[in-house]
Amino acid sequence: MADIPAVRIQNLSKSFSDIEVLRDIELTVNKGEVVSVLGSSGSGKSTMLRCINWLEEPDRGSIYIAGERIGINEEAGRKMTNRELAAIRARTGMVFQGFNLWPHLSVLQNVMEAPVQVKGMPKEQARAIAIELLEKVGMGDKRDSYPYTLSGGQKQRVAIARVLAMSPEVILFDEPTSALDPERVGEVLTVMKNLSAEGYTMIVVTHEMEFARAVSDQVVFLEKGKIIEKSAPEKFFSNPETQRVRKFLELST
Amino acid sequence: MTEWSIIWDAREAFFSGFLTTLTLFGLSIVCAFVLGCAMLYSLEERTPLSTLVRWLVNGMRMLPFLILAYLLYYGLPRLGLRLDAWTAGLVALIVYHGAYFTEILRGSRLVLPAGYVEAAKAHGFTPLRLFMRIILPQLVIKTRPLLGNQLIIALKDTAFLTIITVQELTAAANSVQATYFIPTEAFVVVIVLYWLISICLELVLKWAARFGAKRGFEHG
Repeated sequence: MADIPAVRIQNLSKSFSDIEVLRDIELTVNKGEVVSVLGSSGSGKSTMLRCINWLEEPDRGSIYIAGERIGINEEAGRKMTNRELAAIRARTGMVFQGFNLWPHLSVLQNVMEAPVQVKGMPKEQARAIAIELLEKVGMGDKRDSYPYTLSGGQKQRVAIARVLAMSPEVILFDEPTSALDPERVGEVLTVMKNLSAEGYTMIVVTHEMEFARAVSDQVVFLEKGKIIEKSAPEKFFSNPETQRVRKFLELST
Repeated sequence: MTEWSIIWDAREAFFSGFLTTLTLFGLSIVCAFVLGCAMLYSLEERTPLSTLVRWLVNGMRMLPFLILAYLLYYGLPRLGLRLDAWTAGLVALIVYHGAYFTEILRGSRLVLPAGYVEAAKAHGFTPLRLFMRIILPQLVIKTRPLLGNQLIIALKDTAFLTIITVQELTAAANSVQATYFIPTEAFVVVIVLYWLISICLELVLKWAARFGAKRGFEHG
């Protein structure tokens, strides 16, 4: 029997007022896989990602995180309560384009906060884990700094450590390098490459073609809210099926 | 100089009034702040309670403080609830300034970038923890000058309570000046004592500013 996939999306649709942003999205992400989601602005990439942890509530469809349905309590046949939703969200991680480090907390406190507050981990243990993770993303010497003193690349690396501290089943990256200046993109991508090598499951909305080609197991292309191509990176980048993707690749390289 | 010696002889009355003012003020601002934060939390989601809170907050903003004190002290007994002057005054201070604390924090809540809240949700925070650990601390740091201002207004509002017969600092001065007819000296003493509290407040707020400055919220 196959393993339960880390994320399974079935028949996902979402509209904002009368604009249909996502249409019948189907996607299965196995444990340890990296999926890159490509597409032009407004194609629905971020919305799809934000539906996975229910930051956006889908209109139709179902999403399973490691086998558990998010947003709907299937046993009780109703929407999840805030508490149930929080519990399942704690099993996913999200890295944002705008970092969203909590400005009133130091770097170390940012990484300790969720394990202590959400998982009820003892502070000493959370602290040890946080220090280790900050070392891992190369931010060990900044642990007592506050977010406003960091560069974008540094902030994003802290944000990644903050997510790792929760040992998530899947990490959702929402354009993690789009707000960075070109010189800082590399340091974040390096961290992400290391994560994929360690076997983390990742869904990455990105415009970094090199990264998508080198790291992904699957590449997904969204156009007007539909997945129009889903294939292995070798095939996607060298022999795409659709005219649209061919055009996209021409223009972005 | 005889006027000042009269004041000196009345020092116990001043001192006891001063203590009453300090106690009322200290107790009321702590409770008002807690109430203000609780009411702000109720506004996070649209519920019947949040509608009620909005009405209460707006109601307080339309009402002069003295009228509220009158209502609680003279009006409530007609509904069968008799509070002594001290309690009525305390409740008036808590409700009135609690509403203002809510309003001050609410303004800042409206412009708090959504990303901080989303990040906390994505990490699995429940609403109350999210509010207590992520939202509220930022709002308090950001609104420090406004909160400080409100504290000083609350301090000065304690003086109104003399009218509903609370034996606080202003009442003490009033009784001394009425007995010996030395208004200037009596009120100068009171002014100095109010200043003293205000200056201490200012020092605490200045000190608190360093907390925000260290985190890049304001320039120290």
